[in-house]
Amino acid sequence: MSAENTSPPTEDYRSQERPTWCPGCGDFGVLSAVHGALSQLAIPPEKVVAISGIGCSSRFPFFLSTYGIHGLHGRTMPITTGVRAAGRDLHVFTVGGDGDAFAIGGGHLLHAARRNLDITYLVMDNSVYGLTKGQASPTSALGYATKTSPTGTTDIPLNPLMLAMVSGASFVGRAFSGRPKELTRMIVEAARHPGFALIDIFSPCPTFNKVNTFKSYREEVADLPEDHDPTDLMQAMNRAACESPRYLGVLYRIQRPTFLQQLERLKTGTEADRPRLMEDLFDEMR
Amino acid sequence: MVQKSLQIRMAGESGEGVLSTGELVTRAAARAGYRVLTSKTNPAEIKGGHATFQVCLGPVPMMEAKDELDVLVAFNEEAWQKSGPDLRPGGLLIYDSASFQPPQDPDRSQYAVPMTGIARDRLKFGLAKNVVAVGVVAALFDLDREVLCELIEQKFSHKGAEVVARNLEALDAGRDYVREVLPQEALFAVEADRRSPTRMLLNGNQALSLGFLAAGCSFFAGYPITPASDVMEFLAVQLPRVGGVLIQAEDEIASLGMVLGASYTGARAMTATSGPGLSLMVEMLGLASMAEIPCVILDVQRAGPSTGLPTRHEQSDLFLAAVGGHGDSQRLVLAPTSVADCFDQAVNAFNLAERYQVPVLVLSDTVLASRMTDFERPDLAKIPRWERLTARPTDPDFERYQITGSGVSPMSLPGTPFGQYVATGLEHNPRGLPRYDAANHAAMSDKRFRKFSKAALDAPEPFRQGDPDSELGLLTWGSTTGAVASALQELELRGVRMEMLAPRMLWPLPDHQIGEFLERKKRVAVVECNRTGQMATLVASRYNHPHGLGRINVYGGAPFRQAELIQKIEEWCQHVR
Repeated sequence: MSAENTSPPTEDYRSQERPTWCPGCGDFGVLSAVHGALSQLAIPPEKVVAISGIGCSSRFPFFLSTYGIHGLHGRTMPITTGVRAAGRDLHVFTVGGDGDAFAIGGGHLLHAARRNLDITYLVMDNSVYGLTKGQASPTSALGYATKTSPTGTTDIPLNPLMLAMVSGASFVGRAFSGRPKELTRMIVEAARHPGFALIDIFSPCPTFNKVNTFKSYREEVADLPEDHDPTDLMQAMNRAACESPRYLGVLYRIQRPTFLQQLERLKTGTEADRPRLMEDLFDEMR
Repeated sequence: MVQKSLQIRMAGESGEGVLSTGELVTRAAARAGYRVLTSKTNPAEIKGGHATFQVCLGPVPMMEAKDELDVLVAFNEEAWQKSGPDLRPGGLLIYDSASFQPPQDPDRSQYAVPMTGIARDRLKFGLAKNVVAVGVVAALFDLDREVLCELIEQKFSHKGAEVVARNLEALDAGRDYVREVLPQEALFAVEADRRSPTRMLLNGNQALSLGFLAAGCSFFAGYPITPASDVMEFLAVQLPRVGGVLIQAEDEIASLGMVLGASYTGARAMTATSGPGLSLMVEMLGLASMAEIPCVILDVQRAGPSTGLPTRHEQSDLFLAAVGGHGDSQRLVLAPTSVADCFDQAVNAFNLAERYQVPVLVLSDTVLASRMTDFERPDLAKIPRWERLTARPTDPDFERYQITGSGVSPMSLPGTPFGQYVATGLEHNPRGLPRYDAANHAAMSDKRFRKFSKAALDAPEPFRQGDPDSELGLLTWGSTTGAVASALQELELRGVRMEMLAPRMLWPLPDHQIGEFLERKKRVAVVECNRTGQMATLVASRYNHPHGLGRINVYGGAPFRQAELIQKIEEWCQHVR
């Protein structure tokens, strides 16, 4: 699979459109990592669909040379589900921010994970709303002061990794935009994983979040211990819950039937059977 | 008594077999050659409450039920109290003597039939009460026994020969009781139409489901809601048989999102819902318009607003379907006028959606959903199929949203080399890239609305009836078409000359149908089941009729009764004369 010498150049996955992000945005690192991962995976660009919602990071598909859908705020998972179900031969990457994934889109995430959709979901988590200029997000720290929470938020932050695990995701990882090599490797692993793979990526917003920065993340993160067993849910939960350090790596990975496998199991015919089925139904409905 | 048609209502406690009795009798009558038209009411709650099932049968197709009953079969006292007033003078009341005793009334004939008693005491098979009732009802108009036996065998064969035999015994017990106890003059003779034995018996939701399947639907995502769920339940069984997919989504927003995702890859994709679900889908509808992703949305309307009256009838989602949502968005709205038309409009919905790359909403309603009628078997070879205009680009400068004369741009499907683009809800240039300049937004809006105008020319033929030379005209839509058509027949007998038009495309308004009709008529009224006059408002927004439009509405959660509609039309005639 990893025939480096046959990998197409990363250029092949880059579009002509210039990213709309601020200088120093963590999302640049994620974009490079995706270009690199697609090149390593050697998937033809026309076989890839990148799906996003609304937000700074959701502009992502425009910066790839692949197919894409830049849909509605919070509705990436439903659109992804439809693409996944009807586009069997496609490779699906869903991208977006923490607000899109866990606030307005939170309800959908649970069900996409339950279904074990055969996709890779990259959440660029900066713990702030960038496109609307700096309000609290579901992963903002308790007490984080913003224009809509002037005396600090009163809601505890949501833990994306634990949420994904309890919802049924079969691959859950955490990465950091400031560590692009590891990120690229993890995206390749996630893309090869059969089932729902979510990577929560610390991707700092230098413009609106002065608390969670490249510097602060570097001080907080640590690699998972060598002996971490990603098939052990409770161990994964414990390490996902840990705040000091905040672990990077694949916390959880199991094999279970995927969405597409389940759909295939249900099918008992093909398009060619349609005319005969119709005639049979006409007979039955006398 | 020889009658042109016979209308029978069965009424009783919900969950105790009123509906299954009615459906069995109706199916048998249809197989025996009767033209049938049914309606039913059931409570929104699962167990308990009052339920009715009514069938009108005769030798010719019917557009609408009669107001008055020839026969009422009352399973309990509440049934008699609620439906008794609908029994015509001289009508026949059959009641289950185990549950109550109505007072004598010289205006009707009434007979106690111990349906519970026959099943429980004589047959020692209490569960067979419904089948005893089938026998009773069937005997009232001498329905062919062979047909009934065939259906009972079909219905119970999976439970074994003994169960079949005991049910046949119950059928005969009911029949024999009527034939032995009721005098000959209490029974009815109604002609059947024996020319076309291939007719099917369907309700509107079934006709729609078959139509969607015939139109090539390969993907469905939905969330259960009354009264649309049975479309989803039907397709859940059928779609896997043609390699298709059905997903029960987490809500209606997700349903339409999944549909758009599937359609983006080339699937003929749809969802089905009712008013509350359509409200949730509105933002996603805007995305479908903006990104030009074909999709079909069935809305089986119920009475609203909010949760409203979930099992009652209203035609009040037209505003939402046609113009609901932010921004200038375009979508098409179709409304079937009868159960048979449900099949045709389901086919048209997919064809129009694919040809014009737009969302198409199909507005059915509770009356059509629950009404069964006989139905000519469709000829699959004659079902039109319009395809999406797809692209196979040969260079990377492909413009997915190319500005074209028709407004329709070739769409590349994922997997097609050089076709890559991003479908977006942001305003975009022909390449699909976000652009906010004024010239581009205006040009792209115009392109999208050119499709909208062109689609009106592809509107299905409307339903027309009456005198084309008359000065008075009635506009209507959806299931109210049947009520208006029946009222017009009656009014014609009274010497009133009128013409009616029921367009099957309601948005955009097809000028060559509605505009043309308004030009020919001196006075026009719009008949619809809502309080706000939604069709009347939309029509008035486009056409400036010299005298304005009259409005004839009911909005109590039930369709027009014939007498009420005829009276309202006559009042309007008086008023405009």
